[in-house]
Amino acid sequence: MSRLTFDQAKVWRVGADIDTDVLAPGAYMQHGIEVIAQHCLESVRPEFAATVRPGDVLVAGANFGIGSSREQAAGALLHLGIRAVIAPSFSGLFFRNAFNLGLLLLTCEQALNLQEGETLRFDGQQVHRVTGEILRCSPIPDFLLDMVRAGGLLNLLKQQRHRPMSLGESEASSPTLS
Amino acid sequence: MMPDGRRVHASRMSLPQTLAQKLIAKAAGLAQVQVGDVVTCDVDLAMFHDSSGPRRLKPMMDELGAQLWDPSKVVLVLDHYVPAVSDEAKKIVHITRDTAVRWQLPHVIDSEGICHVVLPERGYLKPGMLCVGGDSHSPTGGAFGAYMFGIGATEMLGVVVTGKIWVQVPRTLRMHWQGQLTPGVSAKDMMLHMIGRLGMNGGQYQAIEFAGPAVKALGMQERMTLSNMSAELGAQVGLIAADQVTTDYLRSVGVADEYLHEAESWQTDEGAACETTDFDANALSPQVAAPHSPANTRPVDEYLNTPIDIAYIGACTGAKLEDLRAAATVLKGFRVDARVQLMVAPASARDQAQAEQEGVMQILRDAGAQVLPNTCGACAGYGGTFAENKTVISSTARNFKARMGPASVQVYLASPWTVAASAMRGRISDVRQML
Repeated sequence: MSRLTFDQAKVWRVGADIDTDVLAPGAYMQHGIEVIAQHCLESVRPEFAATVRPGDVLVAGANFGIGSSREQAAGALLHLGIRAVIAPSFSGLFFRNAFNLGLLLLTCEQALNLQEGETLRFDGQQVHRVTGEILRCSPIPDFLLDMVRAGGLLNLLKQQRHRPMSLGESEASSPTLS
Repeated sequence: MMPDGRRVHASRMSLPQTLAQKLIAKAAGLAQVQVGDVVTCDVDLAMFHDSSGPRRLKPMMDELGAQLWDPSKVVLVLDHYVPAVSDEAKKIVHITRDTAVRWQLPHVIDSEGICHVVLPERGYLKPGMLCVGGDSHSPTGGAFGAYMFGIGATEMLGVVVTGKIWVQVPRTLRMHWQGQLTPGVSAKDMMLHMIGRLGMNGGQYQAIEFAGPAVKALGMQERMTLSNMSAELGAQVGLIAADQVTTDYLRSVGVADEYLHEAESWQTDEGAACETTDFDANALSPQVAAPHSPANTRPVDEYLNTPIDIAYIGACTGAKLEDLRAAATVLKGFRVDARVQLMVAPASARDQAQAEQEGVMQILRDAGAQVLPNTCGACAGYGGTFAENKTVISSTARNFKARMGPASVQVYLASPWTVAASAMRGRISDVRQML
């Protein structure tokens, strides 16, 4: 399965304005990602880190990822195996960080229709519910999709190490970045 | 479309441009850019600190086998984990210092203040630059007419390897402040008010430009407070066009004249497309943001007499020289309430030294302040944090739940004026009644 699609992904629901400090609490920032991830979202969903399964997706309200530049906020979700975050809007800084680490973010106005525990399919453009409902997502520029495909900017840089690179080299006709 | 992905719209060459567009165009080597274009920019300066910097970058650089594109354009600041208390923090600080030597970094500022404050005080920021910082409050640099924004460590890896970064040309949201602030009301109140009105993502990752007579009347450090908290508005940058106040400041920190001649030419053109929101400085009262979001801002009246345990004056947002002076103006000749612990963590060693010379630090100590090191301290929540169930009033930028201590800690955000006034009375107070 491509990193840009998923199937049978179980939904975890959280509210609006989930900040970076909830995703990667400051008290654990001196540790590595394996420790930080164990405390991811603990102040809003204490059971999350211990029970989330690789392949699950997180569905959130507006303004997901507001706050700090700490990319461990996205890294913790990736470490726990989250395939994508689906929300009506994201913090712009978090948006860049997530793609730089290879975490897929889907900007979807109807995200709040999605229910805790349901399973979703994503075909690369639209989110499909088992009810048959289809949710449209904002288009993502190709150069950001490349980062998800590669598993993050570090891997992309490794691939491109021996040829000159230009970030933003390929772009969508009307990119929507946040 | 040019081969490297840059776009030029020759037919629109005469359109008036915003300051943000001009700064991006310069960094991209283009005559003009249009809103929505994605362009690749040359980075004039990259700043990172002990948390976002070497401890994250070095392993990735080693894995890549890459070198820094230009060490002379890198500034490393140790401010988050100093002074190191835990074993983990000691390791981070060791890696940071060790890497600074290995990479032969010429610009390292170690335990002398918070990155966003020490950068301009050492003359690193100038109008016309495009800069990135490994910290979310990097928009502070916008106060100097530089397009400066925060990025994460992996994106910083891309910058230090290639010297480049992509930017989508933003719309400009102009925050236009008419009138004049009244005594005891400051830039922090302006910012809290804007965040309360527009929300924490109200900036939509676009460019904010602060303008109007009330902005022009501010000194550089107060302007920095506006740009700094553009992060809490969710903007990419918070710009203020350079003027005489800017160039006077730059000259005072040793920036050469050659950089100052063109400084004031970095302006938004008349007629450039901006979405303007109007504010009235005369009508602004002191503002307070209740737990647990800067967007929970109301006039101080609505929180009057809330009892507090701790008053904290710290951070890049709220402990610069002008902030320390404000607190001292309120506290001169008084002691804080017996139930209150007042902590002051001056934002830089230079600001603290100047405050010592002016007698400001002595006034604060006489009032009962405990003076803490020139670091991020409790603001980041990385170091010593507040105890269970404490109610805090703080001059910092964020009051997210569990940021500055356990989830039971209640943090109210306010200006240094309001923090000092509240410390004196032991409850949230209107500083205007005490001046």
